[in-house]
Amino acid sequence: MGAYILRRAAYAVLILIGVNLLTFTLFFAVNSPDNIARLNIGGKRVSADAIEKWKAERGYDKPLWFNHDADGADKIKQTIFYDRSLRLFTLDFGTSDSGRQIRHEIGTRIVASLALAGPMLLLTVLVGITFSLLLVFFRASYLDFWGTVLCVVMMSISSLFYIIMAQWFFGKTLKLVPLSGFVPGLDLLKFLALPIIVGIVFQLGSEARLFRAMLLEESNKDYVRTARSKGLSEAVVLFRHVLRNTWLPVLTHVSALLPYAFLGSIVFESFFGIPGLGTYVIEAINGQDFAIVHVMVFLGSLLYILAYLGTDIAYTFVDPRVRLA
Amino acid sequence: MHAPIWLLLLGTLLHATGCDRVTNSPHTAGSESTNTYFSGHQERSPKYLDSTASYSLDETQFTYLIYEPPYHFHYLKRPYEVVPRSSEALAVPRYFDKNGTELPSDAPGGEIVESVYDIKIKQGIKFSPHPAFAKDAPGKYVYHDLTRAEVGNKRTPFEFEQLGTRDLTAHDYVYAIRRLATTRIKSPSFSPMAEKIKGLKEYGEQISAVDEKLRNGRPLTDRNLPFLDFRDYAFAGAEAVDDQTLRVRIIGKYPQFKYWLTITFFAPVAWEVEKFYAQPGMAENSLTMNDWPVGTGPFMLTESKPNSRHVLSRNPNFRGEPFPCEGEEEDRASGLLTDCGKPMPFLDRIVFTIEKEKIPQKTKFMQGYYDNPEISRNDWLLEIDYDVKNSEDVARLFKERGIQMPRTLEVSNWYLGFNWLDPVVGKGKTPEQQTRNRKLRQALSIAIDWEEFVRVFENKAAGESAMSPVPPGLFGFRKDAINRVVYDVIDGKPRRKSIEVAQKLLAEAGYPDGRDAQTGQPLVLNYDYQRALTPELKAEVEWMVKQFRKIGVQLELRATDYNRFQDKADKGSLQIFWWGWFADYPDAENFLFLLYGPNSQALTQGNGNNTANYQNDEFDRLFEEMKFLDDEPRKQQLIDRMVAITQEDAPWAFGYNPYAGSVHHQWAGNVKPGPLVLDRLMYMKVDPALRTAKIAEWNNPIWWPVVLIMLSLIAAVIPAFRTWKRRERENAARGLATGGAE
Repeated sequence: MGAYILRRAAYAVLILIGVNLLTFTLFFAVNSPDNIARLNIGGKRVSADAIEKWKAERGYDKPLWFNHDADGADKIKQTIFYDRSLRLFTLDFGTSDSGRQIRHEIGTRIVASLALAGPMLLLTVLVGITFSLLLVFFRASYLDFWGTVLCVVMMSISSLFYIIMAQWFFGKTLKLVPLSGFVPGLDLLKFLALPIIVGIVFQLGSEARLFRAMLLEESNKDYVRTARSKGLSEAVVLFRHVLRNTWLPVLTHVSALLPYAFLGSIVFESFFGIPGLGTYVIEAINGQDFAIVHVMVFLGSLLYILAYLGTDIAYTFVDPRVRLA
Repeated sequence: MHAPIWLLLLGTLLHATGCDRVTNSPHTAGSESTNTYFSGHQERSPKYLDSTASYSLDETQFTYLIYEPPYHFHYLKRPYEVVPRSSEALAVPRYFDKNGTELPSDAPGGEIVESVYDIKIKQGIKFSPHPAFAKDAPGKYVYHDLTRAEVGNKRTPFEFEQLGTRDLTAHDYVYAIRRLATTRIKSPSFSPMAEKIKGLKEYGEQISAVDEKLRNGRPLTDRNLPFLDFRDYAFAGAEAVDDQTLRVRIIGKYPQFKYWLTITFFAPVAWEVEKFYAQPGMAENSLTMNDWPVGTGPFMLTESKPNSRHVLSRNPNFRGEPFPCEGEEEDRASGLLTDCGKPMPFLDRIVFTIEKEKIPQKTKFMQGYYDNPEISRNDWLLEIDYDVKNSEDVARLFKERGIQMPRTLEVSNWYLGFNWLDPVVGKGKTPEQQTRNRKLRQALSIAIDWEEFVRVFENKAAGESAMSPVPPGLFGFRKDAINRVVYDVIDGKPRRKSIEVAQKLLAEAGYPDGRDAQTGQPLVLNYDYQRALTPELKAEVEWMVKQFRKIGVQLELRATDYNRFQDKADKGSLQIFWWGWFADYPDAENFLFLLYGPNSQALTQGNGNNTANYQNDEFDRLFEEMKFLDDEPRKQQLIDRMVAITQEDAPWAFGYNPYAGSVHHQWAGNVKPGPLVLDRLMYMKVDPALRTAKIAEWNNPIWWPVVLIMLSLIAAVIPAFRTWKRRERENAARGLATGGAE
């Protein structure tokens, strides 16, 4: 397994370099450092000197990719790309263009993101599996048919619709919960209740459809038919045999969702006013803060790579037949 | 059968958990009943709170409550009147000629080489509590020699155990003026002030050299720099005559300087604070003047969560300024003078919550959780006023809830500019071409029906059509100065000239029916727009295209982002553009300089604000005389002539002057709109008891639909549960029959 992990780590470095290149190219293809400086300085009196100074203080006064004026290796090293990229691989996130320490901001905001996305992910999977088990139990019945139709309808509706409707109905009309906001402590529950419920409802359709397909595939296998023919109760068949053997695909699916729990949901955090990492990214994009965008994209890639590596390792525990080599 | 039991259980549970209490408050429990003012703040936190660097409108709601420049604007009087703030009185400048001889106060501006302002600072003013001032028993500063380890992970000044204060002196103002030359942070006022304050320009060069020496080869990106102590470097333009007298020497005569003294660039800066923040690790931990400003104002920043929440708390060291006893005629009737003489501020705390979306922000205001949707933005008034006008239900709700919506005209303008360098709509090279181009601009000015614009887009552009570059409310503005190039005067009121007049002018300009008389080609003009089009903006742009089409002129849209728009403006390659200006200070000079030739944006490579690049020798000559004058009859004469010139030349289609105002709940007191009065929260108050009662009345939670939804879910599950049990029994029976086992 050690060799496998090492090989995956090597792939990860290559992937991160690629992501880094792409982010850098895309960001600076639409924004020049001068434009970023002007937007960040703001106000009516933005002089050319102020722009140059702003750039110099943040290291944007160097060439993007290649420094013709430098000698030897400095032609590459004395560039914005080199400056900005290399330190990410040592997990030195530096400061944002507005001067705040990115590591500290991430550390502060990840709490809000996890407070929302953690329960949302857990409950969505739980509710999704429960609902799909119900559909599988009543397979080929009217309940299964209408349940599936309901899933398709739920999948077809945009998350924005759920959010706006929920805010209007539960927040504005029934006045049960705050429309948006975030207060630490016990009050937190009343702020998170609505986004978590909306998140579950929004994802229920697709999750239940996916889990239903997984469970149905498993429940049609010979060993399940044998179990039923032996007279085992349906609950025992579903929970002890079918569900257990569906863990691998479920785990793969949940692993793909894990980075969201850390990186935050941009839409949910933005609409519900939760100061997590999702809103951090949006604020950075709006403010053309390349330092933050760069770090967050890098971190996102890293988390995905780690999540999938973790999944592969978890397979060996869930299914002892799996061997990593 | 079980439903009533469930209902009873649920009802008991909900009652036990306090379901009859307000549950939708976005604030911490009970905070509505405290003497706190709540306001939303859209999109992002303020970027610069350092008095030297801050210049954005959204920052002023913080900075003008934390810092105290020597002067400020009277809260109630209109037109705006400058009155002392931290100073004892307004300084009367003394004028000197080139030989240093004092001149009389009415000496011609051209003869005055230097103006000297001696500003007496009030005694007994103290800085807000801060660790930078903390001293130990022998009188040594406790936190002026910290190591990186001692700073540790502290993120706010209030994590340091000891706080201190000291008296404000004139030296702190001198320090602030010297600091305008800083190379460490942005200083937007340095360039304009270097032209006005004696020796500041050279001082800037000196400070650059000093800073370079202090940096000792460190890269510009290094944020842990040695303390640059401005006390060690003096210059003649700003000095402290004694502990309470600030002397500022101005080059020539500059009557507008009194307005600069209302801006936070001239607020005092304590050297101790700058030294404190210059220690290792402070900048890294966001412990800077930008993040944690320190001043002598009525409030201090006590909580700052970027892009989430900022809290200002009453400065315990504030002396308590008396509420004004004079105002406009109607102020007494509307109860604005009832607090005459009472010490301010009235509020204990001000909480700004960052809102990313407008709808929740508006709803929270309607629920009573914000006293005002957003104190720094005036466009909320227009949006809410639009809702009120277009819905009887909303109008009734507003009336029932006693929402206040006072309004005034903003000291700003929006206009359509014609680039003077452009061969078609600009000045023109030959006298014939100049006449033709002028007639084209006049025809277009008539065709664009701004009265219709403010009516159609009243939700975001309500206001009054402008007659000249000078907006109402300023000395020099004349209500009867109707733009006769664009309007006829019927019964003393302006009426826009007919389209036929515009078409006639267009034909005289050489474009009959919108076609070039010589080539027969249609006249196509380019509309440079500073933003990518959203559906909302698209409607405005389409409206503009329609105005040009009324006289057969085609308007092509060239939408771009703001940065590229600025690049084009710097290069002078715009043709027709949409632009606006918000007053730096309430003087006609601050608007007429937008058309002053030497201030051309393109000809100064982006350093001027005359975006239209307008050039008129007579206008420039008049402006040069006018800028030296106080508000006196001669100044009015000059402004009248300058207005007439611009009306005739039409470098702008004058657009409109927008309304400004605020939207407040009934429990907010002393509300008076005044876009230039930036410390207005010092004057305002709330009635927390009334607010708490109204919030409870308006936000009674409705639980029964939730109970209904839960019962429906239970009802849906019961048949499934029964079916499952039945199947289990059937399976068990089948198992027994076949002898199967687990």
